[in-house]
Amino acid sequence: MSTSPTNPLLSVRNLAKHYTSGGGWLGGASHLVKAIDDISFDIAPREIVGLVGESGSGKSTTGRVVLRLEEPTGGEIRFDGHDITTLPARELKAFRRQMQVVFQDPYAALNPRMTVGDFVAEPLIVHGLVSSRSERSDRVAALFKQVGLDPRFMTRYPHEFSGGQRQRVNIARAVAMRPRLIIADEPITALDVSIQAQIINLFQDLQQELGMAYLFIAHDLSMVRYLCHRVAVMLRGRLVEIAPTEAIFSDPRHPYTRSLLSAIPIPNPAIERARRPLAFDYETQKPAPDAVLTEVSPGHFVLI
Amino acid sequence: MAPLLEVRNLTVAFDTPGGTVHAVNDVSYALNEGETLGIVGESGSGKSVHVLAMCGLIPRPPGRIVAGEVLFQGRDLLTLPERALRDIRGGQIGFVFQDPMTSLNPVLTVERQLVELIRRHTKLDARAARARAIELLEIVRIPDAARRIGQYPHQFSGGMRQRVMIAIGVACRPKLLIADEATTALDVTVQAQILDMVKDLKREFGTTVIWITHDMGVVAGIADTIQVMYGGRIMERGPVDAIFADPRSAYSWGLLQSLPTAERRAEGRLHQIPGSPPDLYKPAVGDPFAPRNVFATPRCQLEMPPLRQAEGSVPGHLVAAWYDLPAALKARRETVA
Repeated sequence: MSTSPTNPLLSVRNLAKHYTSGGGWLGGASHLVKAIDDISFDIAPREIVGLVGESGSGKSTTGRVVLRLEEPTGGEIRFDGHDITTLPARELKAFRRQMQVVFQDPYAALNPRMTVGDFVAEPLIVHGLVSSRSERSDRVAALFKQVGLDPRFMTRYPHEFSGGQRQRVNIARAVAMRPRLIIADEPITALDVSIQAQIINLFQDLQQELGMAYLFIAHDLSMVRYLCHRVAVMLRGRLVEIAPTEAIFSDPRHPYTRSLLSAIPIPNPAIERARRPLAFDYETQKPAPDAVLTEVSPGHFVLI
Repeated sequence: MAPLLEVRNLTVAFDTPGGTVHAVNDVSYALNEGETLGIVGESGSGKSVHVLAMCGLIPRPPGRIVAGEVLFQGRDLLTLPERALRDIRGGQIGFVFQDPMTSLNPVLTVERQLVELIRRHTKLDARAARARAIELLEIVRIPDAARRIGQYPHQFSGGMRQRVMIAIGVACRPKLLIADEATTALDVTVQAQILDMVKDLKREFGTTVIWITHDMGVVAGIADTIQVMYGGRIMERGPVDAIFADPRSAYSWGLLQSLPTAERRAEGRLHQIPGSPPDLYKPAVGDPFAPRNVFATPRCQLEMPPLRQAEGSVPGHLVAAWYDLPAALKARRETVA
C-alpha cells in the first residue's frame, strides 16, 4: 500500500502485539489478547500521519512497538529500508537516534533532579555528538531557542516550569538528535487549552525547519485534521481505515470512522445543538477476522 | 422567580507552604431553575475550585473561604452545618467528577453505593431502592443493568464507570447537577452518548446543570449560558450564541480563535495565546489576563475591571474588560488592510 512516490521512511507490515492474559498459578483459563493485530502502514519522509481511535484501541501500543519499546509478536518494521524488527539493542541504537518520542505527560518524562539543560543535553552526550562543554552548552542554547524557550532557563529544574514549557523541554530533547521521525503520543492532551495551539504551532514549525516526519497519536480529531497529512483509524487493535486527511473527513467509509467523526463536538452553538452522532455497535459491525485493507479510492484504504 | 443558586462575592484561598494561593476571587453569578450553565476555563481558572468550595468539598485547612455567600434555594450553603450540607450533596445537588475511580468506592459494589445513597436521601425501602438503582443504570444505558449492578467499579470500563457516576449524580433527581470535566477522559463517541443523556435528563426532570469543561465544543451544544473564567475570576458571561458570535473578552476570543477550524486550516497556522497561565501565588493587581493580552490598555495592568453589561450586545452578556474588543479588532483589521 504505497501511497507516496518516494521510499517510505517507516514501513510497518502486519505488525502484531499479542499476549496471553490470565492462566496464572491460580489456574484460571488463559486467553489471547490482541493489543494490536495485522497493522500495516507507511510514513513518507516529512509526512505527518495521525493515529486515532478510542482508548484501548492500540494506538499507543503501535507507537511503542514501532520504537521497539515493546517487542512485536509478529510482522515487520522497516526504517529507511532497514528491517529493524529483531535488531539487537546495540545495532538498534543507531536507529533510535533517528526515531524520537514525545509523551503525553510532560512532567513524568522529565527528571526532577536534573536541570532542564542537562536533560536536553543527555542524549547528545550518550550518543557522543558533542565533544566539549562549551559545544554542549551552545547546542542546548540553540535547541532552547528553537523550541521557544529562553536559553537562560537551562540551569533551572522542571518544577519551575509550566506544563507547556515542560513539553517544550521534552520536544527540545527529542529534536536534539536531529531525528527523522518523531512519535508523539498525545503530546497536547495534558496541556491547557490556551497552550495547545502554541505546541501544535511548534510541531508544525519544527517539521518545516527540520523536515521530520511525525506519527501523531491523538484523540482530538479536530487537531488531527488540522495538522496531519494522512489519518489512520484504529478499532480494538486493528487498523480500519487510512487515507489522506480530507478524504477521511469528507468521505469516511468504515462505520466506526463515521461514528467517530460524527461525535466530534463542533464549537458552534447552532451546528452543535443540531448534531446527531451516529451510533456504532461493535458486536454487529466489527470487522470480519479475515477482512483486509482494501483501496477504495487512490490512497484511501478501508478494512473490509 | 428567585434563582435556584446565587453566588455572591465568593473568594477562596489556600494556605500552602509556598504561600497563599488565591484560587477564586470575588465570583458572583446567579443560576435559574432549568438553566444549563457551561463554565469554561483552564487549570487555575477557579472553575472547579469554586464549585467544590460552595458545596463544602475543599479541605479546610489548607482551603479557606475568605468571603462570600452561596444561596441555594435561599439558604446559604457556606454557613450550613456539615450534616445539613451532606444531606444536600447527593440529594438536591448531584455531582459528577472527571475521575470515577477516585469518586467510586472500589471495595463496594455499585449496588451497595447506589442503594445506600438512595436510601439516605429518600424514603424508599431496600427493595424499592434497588429497583430504582437498576432503573438508573438503565437510564444511563448500562447494558444488562440488573446483573451488572452487583459488580465492583473495576469491573466496568472507563466509559461505563463514568455512566455509573452519572447515575449516582442523578440518583436522587437533584435540582442541580454539577459535572466537572465529566467527559474529558472519555472517547468522543462515549462523550456524545453522555451529552445526549444529560439532554434527556434536562427534558424529563427539568434538571438545572453546571457543566464545567475546557472544551468549547461541548458547551456549545448543551449550555444556555457560558461563563468564561481565568485566574480565579469571571472574565465573560452571557447567552451561548452571543459568546460564540460576539466574544468581548480577549481571553474568550483567543480561545475561540485557537480552535483548529476550517478557516485555520486554510490559513495554515493556529492563533496562539502567548505566555503561560497566571501564577496564582502572585495574583495580578489588575486584569489577570492582561500580561497575555495584546489588546490590554495601561489600566488593565493596574485595576481589575468590573463585570458589566457588554455595550451593544444582548442583555445579560457581561464582560470584565477595560479595553473595547470589537473596536480593537476593527482597528487591527484596518492596520493590516
